[in-house]
Amino acid sequence: MAELTYRDAVTRGIAQEMKRDPDVVFLGEDIAAAGGVFKTTVGLLEEFGPLRVRDTPISEQAILGAAMGAAMTGLKPIAEIMFSDFIAVCFNYLANEFSKHRYISNGQTKCPLVVRTANGGGARFGAQHSQSVENWCMMIPGLKVVAPSSPTDVVGLLAASVRDPDPVIFLEHKSLYPIKGEVPDGEIVDTIGTAKILRSGRDATITALALMVPRALEAAEKLKEEHGIDCEVIDVRSLVPLDTQTILGSVGRTHRLFTVEENPRLCGWGAEIVSIVADEAFYDLDGPPVRITTPHLPLPASDVLEDATIPSVDRIVDRVKRSLNA
Amino acid sequence: MDVLMPQLGETVAEGKITEWFKQPGDAVKAGENLFIIETDKVSMEIQAVAAGTLAEIRVQAGEVAPVGTVVAVISDGKGGTASPQPATPAAPAAPKPAPKPAAAAPAPVPTPRPSGPVQLDPYFEVRTPERNFGPAQIGGRAVTPLARRLAAEAGIDLSRVKGSGPHGRIVAADVQQAGAGARTAGPALAAGPSTEQVKALYRDVPYEEVPLDGMRKTIATRLVQAKQTIPHFYLTVDLDIGQLLKLREEANASAPRDKDGNPAFKLSVNDFVIKAWAAALQRVPAANAVWAEDRILRFQRADVAVAVAIDGGLITPVIRAADTKRLSAISAEMKDLAARARDRKLKPDEYQGGSSAISNLGMYGVREFSAIINPPHATILAVGGARRQAVETKDGGIAFASLMTVTLSCDHRVVDGALGAELLAAFREIVEKPIAALV
Repeated sequence: MAELTYRDAVTRGIAQEMKRDPDVVFLGEDIAAAGGVFKTTVGLLEEFGPLRVRDTPISEQAILGAAMGAAMTGLKPIAEIMFSDFIAVCFNYLANEFSKHRYISNGQTKCPLVVRTANGGGARFGAQHSQSVENWCMMIPGLKVVAPSSPTDVVGLLAASVRDPDPVIFLEHKSLYPIKGEVPDGEIVDTIGTAKILRSGRDATITALALMVPRALEAAEKLKEEHGIDCEVIDVRSLVPLDTQTILGSVGRTHRLFTVEENPRLCGWGAEIVSIVADEAFYDLDGPPVRITTPHLPLPASDVLEDATIPSVDRIVDRVKRSLNA
Repeated sequence: MDVLMPQLGETVAEGKITEWFKQPGDAVKAGENLFIIETDKVSMEIQAVAAGTLAEIRVQAGEVAPVGTVVAVISDGKGGTASPQPATPAAPAAPKPAPKPAAAAPAPVPTPRPSGPVQLDPYFEVRTPERNFGPAQIGGRAVTPLARRLAAEAGIDLSRVKGSGPHGRIVAADVQQAGAGARTAGPALAAGPSTEQVKALYRDVPYEEVPLDGMRKTIATRLVQAKQTIPHFYLTVDLDIGQLLKLREEANASAPRDKDGNPAFKLSVNDFVIKAWAAALQRVPAANAVWAEDRILRFQRADVAVAVAIDGGLITPVIRAADTKRLSAISAEMKDLAARARDRKLKPDEYQGGSSAISNLGMYGVREFSAIINPPHATILAVGGARRQAVETKDGGIAFASLMTVTLSCDHRVVDGALGAELLAAFREIVEKPIAALV
């Protein structure tokens, strides 16, 4: 066991896979010599050399285009898009290219690549550098989408993403980079498509992702202590594939569903979960599902306003309490 | 059934058949191409929507017929088929308006309603729950879906229940409270002592309270319902499994081995029981059936549910079409299902359905027992352990034989005494002469 920051877990996850498999290469803007603008890739250039760890020009299309070509010809690239907002610049690769080639070539080509990117708000970066874009990625058939909330999950899910035969969008949360957690020694490999129940409870199920996970856990503690409401907290971890079994099982026990989403409300991932629960577990619901989300707004740069926009612990407590009428 | 000239577009009144893929007398499978039609807009292959035999072709290749005309008749093999001649249009001569403006696809020939379970598929978008648990509003107050289900299951009249949820909504807790009240108040429902009464009885004894999880609740409600509402009767026989054990030993000894020397399969007695039970259900098709309240559903396949004890309860994964599977396949499938059942990883379609069930307690040394039918099944076979016992031989001497006792529980609404006995006799025949059944 070692205490590691989420930031250092990214480095460890990449290094673990690069050591294991010489086909794993890593490219992106300022990831090599500078060690990443979020310092998530410090030391990788020194350890694996400039052939496998490459700085690129400031061109997101070039990064993903190169990664896709490398993936189709046998390598297993990890590509970094510095801010997830910039996915919009190279969206064609996600929407039309590496998400579709295995299908349209009838399996003759594969794109086993990982796009790592810093997602989410809370760092006062303003409307163009703070968005939570997990819902952009989730809507594209052919992509897998994961978003870890703890250092251990960063290492394990990153390893699983690199080893996956299909393109995976790996959403790191930039406000989680400084958090610390115990990470087991040795190789860690997790499973994409599995959610984790982080706290069990009998009164309500709260599903959360990335930065919303620690907030949901804190809210659950407050709800228990101050209001006697016992919440189950599920870290969804993987939006595609989605672990519906864990979520439906939990709703079957608690009969109430809450989603805590950082993405803007319209077409957020929680809407999909609510829809699935309504389809599959309607007669297990003892009240309307409630989505706690960032409103459908551009994110403000002001700290006061940003804090008022993204779901907070207090907001989660308030919404759950009011909905359960306690 | 009649095959009609389909509507191939909103304004198309007639179609010309250019080619028949089948001739009268040919077998037809659902989804197989039947004929090609040509209109002024399209040329298209039309598939059969039902299986059977093409009984007759009424509109030959090269002929034109109005939309809705009976162009052919498919018999279902049971004789019930054709509408009377002649080949006049079944629909009025004027084309029926297509149901949807976008109906460029063939407006199909009437489809028979599926009688079996509906398969889930990615396009099956309307998942109407199988049962309706009553209106969402009672006397102007909203009732949550769970509250409606609990009230319907417990037979509680919601108009007498007070709502404690937001805006006076009736929630599950209200129904449970009303249910508890009804139990203590109504003598008819005073089935057992209440929680408080039981706890009072043991107030001086240390105990641990175990809350009921979903599985325990399901077992409790379903089995109470089954035991109280299904008219059970029981048939018990002893089976001589000497030949079966010998066959099993030979099969296991000759199993192919991989490079590490591990055999490809290791058949258990239970695997043989599953296979034999499926075969018996095939031989007595009237008993391969389930109860569906106002009717009986009879099956062609023998899907056998097998009870697996797991931590905190039990679950019955189903071996589908067990009659068609090799023993080694049954064995492998059973191992996989049991392992995943213990991890609670089974999907609903892996433990729901089935036409009969097997419960085997032989490995615990149980000699015989009777099992409670798991609705909607009509039968369940309770299997005891193998034992050596002295028996009278044909010449009046004494010899030891390997015996196994099984008890069949039958739902009298579906399976009468003689039918149950016939099913059990078929099973006995197969188990006692396994080679004959396999050849």
